[in-house]
Amino acid sequence: MKRWHLVLPLVLFVLLAAFLWRGLALDPREVPSPLVDKPAPAFALARLDDASRTLRRDDMLGKVWMLNVWASWCEACRTEHPTLVNFAKSGTVPIVGLNYKDTRPEGLGWLARFGDPYAMSLFDEKGRVGIDFGVYGVPETFVIDKQGVVRFKLIGPLTPELIATKIQPLLKSLGDA
Amino acid sequence: MRRLVVASLIWLFAMGALAKEALPASADPALEARVMQIAAELRCLVCQNQTLADSNASLALDLREQMRTMLREGADAEQVRRFMTERYGDFVLYRPPLKATTLALWFGPLVLLIVGLAGLFIVLRRRSRLGAEHFEPDVPDTIDEGVTT
Repeated sequence: MKRWHLVLPLVLFVLLAAFLWRGLALDPREVPSPLVDKPAPAFALARLDDASRTLRRDDMLGKVWMLNVWASWCEACRTEHPTLVNFAKSGTVPIVGLNYKDTRPEGLGWLARFGDPYAMSLFDEKGRVGIDFGVYGVPETFVIDKQGVVRFKLIGPLTPELIATKIQPLLKSLGDA
Repeated sequence: MRRLVVASLIWLFAMGALAKEALPASADPALEARVMQIAAELRCLVCQNQTLADSNASLALDLREQMRTMLREGADAEQVRRFMTERYGDFVLYRPPLKATTLALWFGPLVLLIVGLAGLFIVLRRRSRLGAEHFEPDVPDTIDEGVTT
């Protein structure tokens, strides 16, 4: 009688358990963005602090930069903000804010209260540019290279660990390129 | 007391009659039906177990408005779906496309079924060839017999 028949159920169980265990560690909210390694969507938006000045995507060509989506109504942005303020002090790359579905007074008030790490913030009142960037869970952060290609996308708040382990190595490699 | 209750109930129902039905977001019912038909097959990213048609998340409202605009400008369902997948990935589609990375998803169940049937077939055939000495002899069911006879 072949003995392996007896352990087969155990093997199948362990296999199933391994799949389920792995499933526990996956976060369904982290949807891989189809934008990574594609050109950033074109946009032309007025600044939050000055409606008469506009920034276009192509104005940022030739620079490595970060786009951070935030809003004054967003709780997680509050959590993220000190990290961003600290990172901005290092002056590594310009951080452009995308003020998502907010109002000008509330957005500006928020920056006045908690500090402004942004080179500038753009005012996306209706969230149309947010849709083009596939934004669905503010805060979100994009790293865009000199050719205007999205190289990294983060959904959810930045942390000092993420900056050290993911962002800075990436920025370094992009800066040299 | 009772009169007060009855009066307030009447008042309540009267108010209910005055309340208007929620207006559809677009005045054009045909357009709205198409939006909903397409949205019913798209996943809302904010509440991931709801479709874009069911969800009232503000992103879902925005995306439905976007779809309305696109359809009004003459886009077809395919273009709307492409607009969504370009931004949010294949994850938004409730019917995943057939491609290399989704082969296991599409054909995995069929493969499992074939493997299972093959296993069953082999086991049954092997058993059918075994001699009677490999099985327990048929024992008459005495209790049952006692009842029937």
